Amino acid sequence: METTMERPGRLREFWYYFRENRGAVIGLSVFVVFVLVAIFADLLAPHDPTQQYRDHLLRPPAWSEGGDWSFPLGTDPLGRDLLSRLIHGARYSAFVGVVVVTVAASVGILIGLLSGFAPRWGDTIIMRIMDIILAFPSLLLALVLVAILGPSLTNAMIAIAIVQQPHYVRLTRASVINERTRDYVTSARVAGAGIWRLMFKTVLPNCLAPIIVQGALSFSTAILDAAALGFLGMGAQPPTPEWGTMLAEAREFILRAWWVVTFPGIAILITVLAINLMGDGLRDALDPKLKRS
Amino acid sequence: MIKYFLSKLLTFVPTFFGVTLISFAFIRVLPGDPIIVMAGERGLSDERYAELSAEYGFDRPILVQYWDYLTGVLQGDLGESFVTKKPVWDEFFALFPATLELALCAMVFAVVLGLPAGVIAAVNRGKLFDRTLMSTALVGYSMPIFWWALLLIIVFSGNLGWTPVSGRISLLYYFDTLTGFMLIDSLLSGQDGAFMSAVNHLVLPSIVLGTIPLAVIARQTRSAMLEVLSEDYIRTARAKGLAPVEVNGLHALRNALIPVITVIGLSVGTLMGGAILTETIFSWPGIGKWMLDSIFRRDYPVVQGGLLLIAVFVMIVNLTVDVLYGFINPKIRKR
Amino acid sequence: MALLRIRNLSVDFATASGKFRAVDSMDVTVDRGDILAIVGESGSGKSVSMLAMMGLLPWTATITADEMSFDGIDLRSVTAAQRRKIIGRDMAMIFQEPMSSLNPCFTVGFQIRESLRKHMNMSRRERHQRAIELFEQVGIPEPEKRLGVFPHQMSGGMNQRVMIAMAIACRPRLLIADEPTTALDVTIQAQILELLTGLQRDTGMALILITHDMGVVAETAQRVSVQYAGQKVEEQPVRPLFSTPHHPYTAALLAALPERATSKILPSIPGVVPGQFDRPKGCLFSPRCSKADDRCREIEPENQPEELGRAKCHYPLGVNEPEMAQ
Repeated sequence: METTMERPGRLREFWYYFRENRGAVIGLSVFVVFVLVAIFADLLAPHDPTQQYRDHLLRPPAWSEGGDWSFPLGTDPLGRDLLSRLIHGARYSAFVGVVVVTVAASVGILIGLLSGFAPRWGDTIIMRIMDIILAFPSLLLALVLVAILGPSLTNAMIAIAIVQQPHYVRLTRASVINERTRDYVTSARVAGAGIWRLMFKTVLPNCLAPIIVQGALSFSTAILDAAALGFLGMGAQPPTPEWGTMLAEAREFILRAWWVVTFPGIAILITVLAINLMGDGLRDALDPKLKRS
Repeated sequence: MIKYFLSKLLTFVPTFFGVTLISFAFIRVLPGDPIIVMAGERGLSDERYAELSAEYGFDRPILVQYWDYLTGVLQGDLGESFVTKKPVWDEFFALFPATLELALCAMVFAVVLGLPAGVIAAVNRGKLFDRTLMSTALVGYSMPIFWWALLLIIVFSGNLGWTPVSGRISLLYYFDTLTGFMLIDSLLSGQDGAFMSAVNHLVLPSIVLGTIPLAVIARQTRSAMLEVLSEDYIRTARAKGLAPVEVNGLHALRNALIPVITVIGLSVGTLMGGAILTETIFSWPGIGKWMLDSIFRRDYPVVQGGLLLIAVFVMIVNLTVDVLYGFINPKIRKR
Repeated sequence: MALLRIRNLSVDFATASGKFRAVDSMDVTVDRGDILAIVGESGSGKSVSMLAMMGLLPWTATITADEMSFDGIDLRSVTAAQRRKIIGRDMAMIFQEPMSSLNPCFTVGFQIRESLRKHMNMSRRERHQRAIELFEQVGIPEPEKRLGVFPHQMSGGMNQRVMIAMAIACRPRLLIADEPTTALDVTIQAQILELLTGLQRDTGMALILITHDMGVVAETAQRVSVQYAGQKVEEQPVRPLFSTPHHPYTAALLAALPERATSKILPSIPGVVPGQFDRPKGCLFSPRCSKADDRCREIEPENQPEELGRAKCHYPLGVNEPEMAQ
C-alpha cells in the first residue's frame, strides 16, 4: 500500500524539476517526434526509400534553383528521394538505440549487481575485466568486433552493446556498494531477505537514477557510433537508408551537391542533441545533489 | 604518494595481460580457420596449409601459443603484415608520430579553449555567456565528427579555398623524417613555407578531432568550478581582499583542475577512436587510417598488433594522468 | 568617532520562492578596542550582516542601509576595488569551519604570505619573517616547519590558529570572528577564545564575536547585541545584560545556560526561528514568548529607550528593579 502511495509523488516531483528545464523539455519533444517518425515512417515518407528515379539524379532541395516539390529535400546520386530516406533512417537509428541500450543495460546491470554483492575476489576479477574492455578506444574495439563478425547493422549493434556495457557495470556496482551499507539494506537482511531479493527488490530500485541518466547518454552514443560505423562501411550496408551509410555514399559529392551531405548529418546531430538535452534534464531532475536548496 | 603510485601500477599490470589476451584471442575467434581466411580466395594446398600452420604455430596447444605470443610482444615482436611483409612494430612506430601530432594539436585546441570557457561560464553562471556557451558545448558534444569534418571541408576547402583537403604537407616540399612530427621536421628543413604548409594541413583535422574533447572539457570545467566556487575557502580568499581574477583563476581553478585533469586523460581514448574517422576523411597517414585499411585488407597481424599497441598507449596515458592527479592533489601527495 | 557604524541595515535574498529578509534594520556600533558580541540562534542573520558589510554576499543579496561606515569611509559608495583594499587589511574575518575555510591546494604558509603580498609592501624575506612571527603569536609550534604544510595535515584547532594568523597578518583594526569555536573540541574552544581576547588586548583592535553561545559571551565580550530573526532585540553591556535582561528572548537564552538552571531539567525555548513563510505579523518572537498577548501578536513593538537596552518589546522585563533601587 505504502509504495503505491509514494510512487506518483516521486514521479510528480521528478516531472516538476524536469519541466523547469526548458532545454530538457525541447529535447523530449524532439525525441518524441523522432520516435513517432520512426514508427510511422511508412506513412510519412512520400516515396519508397530505395526507389531510384533515373530522370531526377541529384535534384537539389525544392526551395533552391532546379528543385521540385515532389522531392522536398532533393534526391541523391541514384535519384532516390532524400526526405524519404531520412525518414526511414530514423527507424534504424531508433532501433539501434533501443537494442543497444536494452542489451548493454540489462547485461551491465546484472554484472554490476553481481559484482557489488560478490566477495572481494569476485568483484576484483569482474572489475579488472571491465578495465580491460575500457582500455580499448570504444570505436576501435567496435570496429574490430565488426571486422570479426562481418559488417552488418546487427553486428554493429552487438559490437556497440559489448563496448558500452562496462559503463553500466561500473555505475551499478558503485551505487550498489554505496547503498549496501545503508541501514535499510541491513534491516532487510536482518528481516531475512535472500540475496536475490536484496539485489533486485531492495537495492536496485535505489540505484536506478544514475543508470537512467547513463541510459540516455548511451542511447545517443549508440546512434553516433552506429552512424560512424556505417560511415566507415562497417555498419549497415547500402542501400539501407541508415544515416551514417548515406553520408558515406554521399562523400564523393560533397563539393557538387551539398544537400546529400548536409541533411543526413543534421538528422544525426538533431537526434543526438535532443537525447543529450533530455539526458541533462534527467540528470538535474534525478540528482538530489544538484537540486536547488 | 609512493603507495598511491604503486597501487596504480599494480592495476596496470593485470590489465596489460588482459589486453594481450584479448588481442591474442582476436585471430583465433575469426570465423573459420585463420589460415584459410589469410589465404583469401586463392585457396591452399594441403602441404602449404600444414606449412603455414607450423609457421604460425597453430598446431600447438593454445597455452603454448599464448606464451609464445606474450614473449614475442614483450620483445617487440608482433608478427609481420600480410600485405607489406614488414614487421607490425616498425610500421606502427613509423606512423605513430603522425597520429600523436594530430592528437596533441587537437588536445591543445580543446584545452586552450575549453578551460577558460568553462571558467568564464561558471563565474557568470546563468547569464547570457554561460547559456550560449553551454548550448554550444552541448552541440559540440553531440556532433557526429565525420559529418563535421565534411562540413568544414565544404566551407573552408571548397568555398573559401583556405585549407587543403588531405595529407600532412604539400607535395612541393620534401625532406627527410627526423622526428616524425611534421611541424618540427618542416621547421628543421629550413624550406620556405614548409612550416606554414604543415600548419595549414593540420588545422582542420585538429579542430575536427578536438571538438568533442573541447565540449567535454568546457562542460566539466564549468561544473567543477561551480562546485568549488561555493566552498568556504573561496569566501576566505575573497575576505582577504583578493581580486576576482585571483580568486577564480588561482584559488578556484587550482581546485577545479583536479577533476578536469582526469577528464582530459579519459578523452585520450576517445581521441584515438576519433582519429580513425578523422584520419580516414583527411587522408592523414597515421595509425587510425592504417588500422581501418588493414581491417578492409584483412591484414590480421596488423589489426591484432595495432589493437594491442593502441590499448597499451591509452593505458600508459591513463597511468600518467593518475600519477599527475596524485601530484596536483595535495591530499594524495602529502598523506 | 566610532570605528564601525551601521544604521538600519537590511539584507534581502532573492530566492526561487520570492524575497527573503535575512537582516532587518540592524544597527551596529563598534568603537576602537571594543569587544562586541552578537548573539542569536542559527538563522538569526548574525553572520549575514557582517558578510554584507564586507561585500562577501552572493549577487542574490540586496543590501540597503542608512549608514555603513568604517573608519570614516562610507562602505556603501566605495567601488569593489577600493573595498578590496580595506577588507583583509583593516578589517578581517575568521570563519566557523577552519578545515574547509582554508584552500586544500595551497600550503598554509602560502595562504598567509598571500595576504601580506596583497596588502603590505614587503619583500619576500620580510613576508617569510612576518609569517613565522605570526605563527609564534598564535601559538603554533615549529613555525618554520608548519609553514610548508597543507591544511589537511593539521588538526582543526591548528587550522583555526592559521586562520587567525592570516586574519591578523596585516594588523587589522577590526576583527570579525564568526563562530570561531563552534566546530572545535571543547578543550580547544577555550584556548582559541583566550588567544582571541589576548590578541585583542595586545593589539588594541576591535573584535566582533558572532556566537550562539551565551557562555562564550560572558567570558569575552564587553557589550552584547542580541539578534532574533534578523532583528536586533536588545543591546547592553555584558554585566547588566546578564543581571537584568530586558527582552524576554534574552532572558530565555540566559535561562537556558546550564549554570543558571534552577531545576533538574534545563529550560529550552520552544519552537524555532521563523523562516521565510511563517513570519508572524506583530512581534517576531511572539509565537515562542511566554508573555505574549494579542498586542504582541498584532503590533510590531518599537525599541525601548537606551536605559532599557533598546529592547524591541512591548513589555520589557526588569523595568521595576531600577526604579526600586532609586
